[in-house]
Amino acid sequence: MIRRGTVVFATALLAAAGAHAETMRVAVTTSFHNSGLSDVLLPAIARDLGIDVRLLVVGTGQALRLGRAGDVDAVLAHSRAAEEAFVAAGFATHRREIMYNDFVLTGPARDPAGIAGAGGAAEALAAVAESGAPFVSRGDDSGTHKKELALWRAAGRDPEGFGTWYRSVGAGMGATLNTARAMNAYTMSDRASWLEFGNKGDMALLYSGDSSLFNQYAYLPVSVERHPHVKGAAARRLEAWLASDRARALIDGYTLGGDRLFTHNARVE
Amino acid sequence: MVGSILPLRLEAAAVRRGGNRLVGPVDIEIGAEGVTVVIGPNGSGKTSLLRLMHGLERAAEGRVRWAAPRTEARTRQAYVFQNPILMRRHVVGNIAYPLLVHGVRRAEARRRAVDWAEKVGLGEALERAASSLSGGERQKLALARALIRRPEILFLDEPCANLDGRATREIEAILAAARDSGTRIVMTTHDMGQARRLATEVFFLLRGRVREAASGRGALERLATPEARAFLNGDILE
Amino acid sequence: MNEILEGLVQAARLVATLDRDLIEIAARSLRVTVTAVVIASALGMPLGAWLAVNRFRWRRHVIAVTNALMGLPPVVVGLVVYLLLSRSGPFGVLDLLFTPTAMIIAQVIIATPLVASITHQAIRELWADYHDLLISIHTTKSQRVRALLWDGRRALLTAALAGFGRAIGEVGAIMIVGGNIDHATRVLTTAIALETGRGNLSLALGLGFVLIALAIVVNVLVHTLSRTERASQW
Repeated sequence: MIRRGTVVFATALLAAAGAHAETMRVAVTTSFHNSGLSDVLLPAIARDLGIDVRLLVVGTGQALRLGRAGDVDAVLAHSRAAEEAFVAAGFATHRREIMYNDFVLTGPARDPAGIAGAGGAAEALAAVAESGAPFVSRGDDSGTHKKELALWRAAGRDPEGFGTWYRSVGAGMGATLNTARAMNAYTMSDRASWLEFGNKGDMALLYSGDSSLFNQYAYLPVSVERHPHVKGAAARRLEAWLASDRARALIDGYTLGGDRLFTHNARVE
Repeated sequence: MVGSILPLRLEAAAVRRGGNRLVGPVDIEIGAEGVTVVIGPNGSGKTSLLRLMHGLERAAEGRVRWAAPRTEARTRQAYVFQNPILMRRHVVGNIAYPLLVHGVRRAEARRRAVDWAEKVGLGEALERAASSLSGGERQKLALARALIRRPEILFLDEPCANLDGRATREIEAILAAARDSGTRIVMTTHDMGQARRLATEVFFLLRGRVREAASGRGALERLATPEARAFLNGDILE
Repeated sequence: MNEILEGLVQAARLVATLDRDLIEIAARSLRVTVTAVVIASALGMPLGAWLAVNRFRWRRHVIAVTNALMGLPPVVVGLVVYLLLSRSGPFGVLDLLFTPTAMIIAQVIIATPLVASITHQAIRELWADYHDLLISIHTTKSQRVRALLWDGRRALLTAALAGFGRAIGEVGAIMIVGGNIDHATRVLTTAIALETGRGNLSLALGLGFVLIALAIVVNVLVHTLSRTERASQW
């Protein structure tokens, strides 16, 4: 009796799940999603294009992995070298730059390493390394992680040789910020994730503004030749929309706590 | 009923467990009528002998032969365990179960189970969980469940152990009624009064073997071997 | 401490206002997990009963493996299911990745060993009780399994609820195979992970309390229903 009731119930629930418009899947990075910009863009896309975009929010590494496997129709990432390798390997037809935001360096408000007055991002990181104050790294092969590694190299340092003050947590941005707060550590975050982060405690934004901290987002439509099942037409329409003036207005006009986060820089073809 | 499954013959039959002979070799014949009572000290193999006859133990030696094919014989006998095995069901559900197993429709099985429950004095307890019954009621339930398919032969292992005098008399009345309607009875007991009242045949078991057998009226008193006399006198036998 | 209180307040607010997103993801959590538990029970219960009643050569090994699989890390299950369902995997053509169906598949794999193992324990005890009686009544093997499953149904309910408990609170596997897509595959646990990642600890905790409450409601409901069932059953 009970068993039959449950099955009927489950079947009814299953049936209610179906029925929707054209959908496509886009892998995006946590930093993009945490900004809240997607909450503005997705309804506009649904209205303008009739496409229900489903976001898979993952690190850049996993986003590209999903694209390579053909599990998503497009990827929005921010790690130029990895993206270009992705295109070169034929997994995407091309790479289209859409917009950029920037990274910031955060840490305990009293700033033991004194990075607030640094002359550049590399110099600020060097100061952290000198002081031996703890630093938490994403360590998850994400775009943010790759950017951080590039900055260490620019500062003439190799994270491979760092001592225990350098903690690689292998986690997303939010989890990394949670860890950094608990450890009174410095870390690097995209500005959006930092602004949206609700557990700041006595952490503060200590350094930002250097152009080396700019973070370029690019759109990669997964190759239809590689994966004939991907929704190439929808991916093309979405790309055109993202490059359009309509998207420019929404992206440039998006603010968080009064701060503008993104700058649209897609070139019209 | 086509042909009887009786007589049952045990031919040099034995039960072994881990190299030890629990019973046998035993040569006996259970004829078509009467009440056979198996007596003997604890550990003499009474339960194993009953289980061997019913097919719950395999004959490690010798044979257990029914007058009918084996599967036919298996479905026309029943067994009441010393500690009644109660299914986690109501009284009626327990009594009806053997009928359901053998293809009787639910409604019919229930009707007959209610009849039997009333017959054994459980008419007031039809929907009670079997686990809530008293010791005497549990035995009655087990009896009703065993008798509901009108077995040709019924095995009972100490049906009245731990029951008071009144419950014992009620059980004996049910057994007498079953006997009178043609069910052959083979039982063990420690209650010599019960053996005296019911037995038409007595087997005295000692160390796994039938030391002595007697039959007819007053069978118990006819046992003559020194061991049997000593057992009846309440002496300890090794 | 403060944040735990805030979490309770958040939970109360979400429930009191019948928050639409909350209702959507809670319903999806229930739908995915209930479906998974029904399937896991249909697989695990007969398997558990069969293992209890039958003697065969590799029985001990099968039981040991079943017990060991109870501790299967959900993340590993998720990864394997992901690789199987990925477009580049063997079942890619089914296009199941990032759907509730994929989540159900992962949860079935996670819950079935638990259901089978608890069923096996319970049925083994019942079989020890019933063995002589069922042999004496001359039951067939399938009649035995049916009687044991039916009379052991309370223990089976416990097995199903244990499977439900493990599946409803699971996040590692469904995060990977479901993708936590808003309005498609987001459930309570993945939403909690998401809000934790955003540092919204009190909202995450609030969702956690809702999850706990949901699990309790389901348990109480099932137990209440099963009691009424007993009264009508002979």
